[in-house]
Amino acid sequence: MLELRGLSKHFGGVKALDELDLSVNEGDIFGLIGPNGSGKSTAINVICGVYRESAGTVRFHGDLMNGKAPHQRLRAGIARTFQNIRLFPNLTVWQNLWVAQNSPQDVAAQRFLSRWFGATRRTRREIVELLELADLGHKSDELASNLAFGEQRRLEFARAAATRPQLLLLDEPAAGMNAQEIEDLSRRIRRVRDSGVTILLVEHVMELVMGVTEQIAVLNFGHKIAFGTPGEVQRNEAVQEAYLGTSASDSRPAGGGA
Amino acid sequence: MSYYLGLVQLIGIHTLLGLSAYVLMLTGQLSLGQAGFFAIGAYSAGILTVIFELPILPALLAAAFIAAFFAFLVGFPALRVKGLMLVVATIAFSEFVRLFFFNLSWRVPRGDIEVGPDSTNGFREIRYFVANGWEAWEITTFVWVFVILVMAALWWMDRSRAGAVLRAVGEDELAAQSVGVNLTAVKVTAMSAGGFIAGIGGALYAHTATYVDHLTFTVLLATFAISYPILGGLSSVFGTLAAVIFIQGILVEGLRFLGDWRNIMFGLLIIAAMNLKPSGLFDARTARVLRRAVGLRDRE
Repeated sequence: MLELRGLSKHFGGVKALDELDLSVNEGDIFGLIGPNGSGKSTAINVICGVYRESAGTVRFHGDLMNGKAPHQRLRAGIARTFQNIRLFPNLTVWQNLWVAQNSPQDVAAQRFLSRWFGATRRTRREIVELLELADLGHKSDELASNLAFGEQRRLEFARAAATRPQLLLLDEPAAGMNAQEIEDLSRRIRRVRDSGVTILLVEHVMELVMGVTEQIAVLNFGHKIAFGTPGEVQRNEAVQEAYLGTSASDSRPAGGGA
Repeated sequence: MSYYLGLVQLIGIHTLLGLSAYVLMLTGQLSLGQAGFFAIGAYSAGILTVIFELPILPALLAAAFIAAFFAFLVGFPALRVKGLMLVVATIAFSEFVRLFFFNLSWRVPRGDIEVGPDSTNGFREIRYFVANGWEAWEITTFVWVFVILVMAALWWMDRSRAGAVLRAVGEDELAAQSVGVNLTAVKVTAMSAGGFIAGIGGALYAHTATYVDHLTFTVLLATFAISYPILGGLSSVFGTLAAVIFIQGILVEGLRFLGDWRNIMFGLLIIAAMNLKPSGLFDARTARVLRRAVGLRDRE
């Protein structure tokens, strides 16, 4: 479904991504892990079109995505969340989800005027469903900035789901969460996958990655150093050395930018 | 009496000017080009009623579309730059328009005189209302019909998905793009809508004043345009109206006895407002307090 070939991104002399090859199959929950600065977030930004790649190709369903703007990639079916939550803080929860009604189905099903100036019953029902998915039904008129941290994460997740993606890129969705919230998040991720969405999960929090993913690729200094099931990756010596270092027993390195 | 009606007309016209900047500010764009679109509206409508002898309504609508068209053209290159660079680019556009009209001479004979824009001497014969015997209160009503139509349209738009999308772009462009919003389309549309509204304002201005010249459309006018929504806040169109009434009605007219000291007051006021209430005097919280005070149900 998603094919990266020789994907590189250089910032000046720094090779944030260096000839990355990756393929994600439809229906996967695919993990992308690596220590801080290993290029995980850069990979997401290149896949979404926020950064332009220095070399290599991004293909989605076989179509070349290079040179396409983020909103065009979204309409092709690639959605994302952000590592540092990026909601529209002064819009209500409802409006945050309303803005995201940009899927090809939404565009096709609605006339121009009703899409921009009306609110069809179908749109309203969809937003109510998304509010339920995020457990935010009672907060739909609250400003996004008034939500608690966990609620903001759930809203951003729902907002990405509102675009009805085929591939959802989650950039460290568990950062700052406690064990119970992580449990809750993995349930939500599985639920979205079961509704037919492929997931690419970039994450530091090992409880989540090991518990929910089926395939994992490990990055270090922009290179892919390992690939396999969670069990295989955990036993891989190169991974233990590069990522977990000497403190292999510490399963939760401190979070931070990558 | 006609002095007060003149003031009411001016407040209406400046409200349109402020609302044209308001639309753009919703998307996070600060433009000093609104004086340029206002000038295009003023000269176009004047030329259409004076030289082509069109009635006021078609002339006004045509002038608004001409201003919107130029806003659309300016939108593509100008919106590739942001923040301060956009301010500089739009000032450049405004000055370009002003200097164009400074040089424009298009005189046609009408009876035993000549009419039309006369470069540095200005455009002196925009006498449609006088020639057709409109009373001052009729002109005032005519102006305010457009003010109310534009305010109603924007108020309604703000409650629709289109309004949410404009504000989303203003709040976080990257997040908006990531949920599928086409930034260029949204910004150019907002720019065109702003140009349209400024064009209506300019057309009304030219006909109420009966005389325009290039000095009407300096950067000071553009500063007024953005100061209304800055002072009034972006929570609703009524903030802009209140700010115009405050600045034009009280500060400019009410304090006329202060002479040039008013301009200093104006500058101080903008600085004070930005420091004390960065989201505008009539931000969401103030609006809530006011609504509660008059006993309206809270939206939240």
